[in-house]
Amino acid sequence: MPGKPARSEPQASEARRPVLEVRDLVTTFPADGGRAAVVDGVSLQIAAGEVLALVGESGCGKSVTALSILRLVPRPGRVASGSIRLAGRDVLSLGVAEMRAVRGALGAMIFQEPMTSLNPVQTVGEQVVEAIRLHERTSADAARRRTVELFERVGIPDADARFDTYPHQLSGGLKQRVMIAMALSMRPKLLIADEPTTALDVTIQAQILELLREVRDRFATAILLITHDLGVVNELADRIAVMYAGRVAEEGTREEVLAAPRHPYTQGLLASIPSRARPGEPLAEIRGVVPSAGEWPKGCRFATRCSRVLDRCHDVPPEAIALSDTQRAWCHVVAREEGRA
Amino acid sequence: MSAAAELPRSETLLRVEGLRTWFPIRKGLFRKTVGHVRAVDGVDLEIRAGETLALVGESGCGKTTVGRSLLRLEEPTAGRIWFDGVDLARLSRAAMRPYRQEIQIVFQDPLASLDPRMRIRDAVAEGMETFGIGADAAERTERVAAALQRVQLDPRQMNRYPHEFSGGQRQRICIARALAVEPRLIVCDEATSALDVSIQAQILNLLHRLQDELGLTYLFITHDLGVVRYLADRVSVMYLGQIVEEGRTQRIFEDPRHPYTKALLDAVPSVDPARRSAHARLEGDVPSPSNPPPGCRFHTRCPVAFERCGREEPGRYAVADGHARCFLEDPASP
Repeated sequence: MPGKPARSEPQASEARRPVLEVRDLVTTFPADGGRAAVVDGVSLQIAAGEVLALVGESGCGKSVTALSILRLVPRPGRVASGSIRLAGRDVLSLGVAEMRAVRGALGAMIFQEPMTSLNPVQTVGEQVVEAIRLHERTSADAARRRTVELFERVGIPDADARFDTYPHQLSGGLKQRVMIAMALSMRPKLLIADEPTTALDVTIQAQILELLREVRDRFATAILLITHDLGVVNELADRIAVMYAGRVAEEGTREEVLAAPRHPYTQGLLASIPSRARPGEPLAEIRGVVPSAGEWPKGCRFATRCSRVLDRCHDVPPEAIALSDTQRAWCHVVAREEGRA
Repeated sequence: MSAAAELPRSETLLRVEGLRTWFPIRKGLFRKTVGHVRAVDGVDLEIRAGETLALVGESGCGKTTVGRSLLRLEEPTAGRIWFDGVDLARLSRAAMRPYRQEIQIVFQDPLASLDPRMRIRDAVAEGMETFGIGADAAERTERVAAALQRVQLDPRQMNRYPHEFSGGQRQRICIARALAVEPRLIVCDEATSALDVSIQAQILNLLHRLQDELGLTYLFITHDLGVVRYLADRVSVMYLGQIVEEGRTQRIFEDPRHPYTKALLDAVPSVDPARRSAHARLEGDVPSPSNPPPGCRFHTRCPVAFERCGREEPGRYAVADGHARCFLEDPASP
């Protein structure tokens, strides 16, 4: 098929090596005199041009995982152990100055609420120029030209005029486009998008999803998408990792996880989506709520809410059960179903 | 009140006719009014007793203002709000009081609508005291316990404070508080939008069960079309202060007539892994409600607009089981 070369290119040769490799990440926060692992042994990989969605309820550690990758975990939280390789660099061993260079150039992040990430008393154009000149020695004029180009690329109408506007003068969708323009200004290898469309209306969300697809295809950017919205996941993700209580519960390709989920938590999440249910019939519920970090069960963390819980789930943390080359679930029930208990 | 007698008591619990709620834009030293934000600009709605009507639309379309206007939390500029045969828009503050009991509202953010220093027993009992429900404190406590039980909370927790509960539990508290005064209509303004999907399922199931048990009528204000399809009997789609389409839920989803309804449905992400279907059919943003476009309000973004749309305002044309404000549905149109 002509016309879509960018999508297949990164699959070949040296690009095979993942852009992001996270191994056994543990990030802790103080709790009750000790420290609680909010992220507790998470491993992830994302290749160039690939979108990995990290899903789960609030309080599962999705955002802290993302912040850990760029070493943006707010104090007193800290990455306690594990390794993070971003475009071949060992993120956890970098000094503060080196890390600043890595952020932006190798990995950039956009957030749910662009208003809180933008400076209200500076024009949006100046903010992007500043971001560019923080990383590169370039003239103000050149940086301005590049900013306007970026604005055009992310679909901001009247890009030249918008350069001089303040954040409050822009709609939510335009502010998110400004954030994406800023994130793209250094051509990052990895873009972390934390609930990028959650605050947006559905028609604007569709525009931003299209933009993110375009970014991935054109620049072979690896994208870590964090969201609780499984519709957004289905639209954008290639692979999915489902997090529960600081750990990955299940991972697989988009089709595997959404069409053939095996972990009871994934199954419960999908069954509780109203648009998957038949009107009039009760929605499937997952009883209770995610326990707070520090109160997580010692066996399987989902044991207290699981409808198919076994005795051993309360005592023994489950091992990964491989279900295909790409799908794995950490679950004793799945182990039994697979005859591997 | 003679006007009240004109509308017979019927199945219809609420009928809104030509509702306008405009907010003045003031400028300068003397706060001179220089224009109006036409948040709600000629809205008609009808809800039958025991039914769920969803009012959907994007932020800024005026759907929240509609809900607040029904309770006169915002003062309507014009129009009629027939509730059970009485025009609420014309009532004095004092005469409105009993209707504040009959219509309750549940908001998106339960933490913001609960006083953090108030025990939940007092939060739930507050409305009962206001409206003189329950003979004494002991009876009210009993009623608080019953209301909490109805929303599946443990009445023994009634002496706790809001921060001791999870987000889903807090929304249950808000629902218990609304139920405690025995309303007939509950306005749910994005009541499940801030919740995780598993918790949202619990609350939606609860609302559904309460409707069956108590014969409640719901006006469900939301931007979440998945929830609408699951829960609503009828849907009114709002754009820039007006209802652009109205009809039975299934028909709206399967055969939307207004180009805005179509675009809205097309933009909804699919959760079916066999297809990816979110399409951005619309460009740009919603125009400002202080200066709505002439003609059809949607014509500036409409993919099928023609010359007449920018010139003339479309009326309400009957379609299937409802109506649409679009010239494409005008029977007189060639």
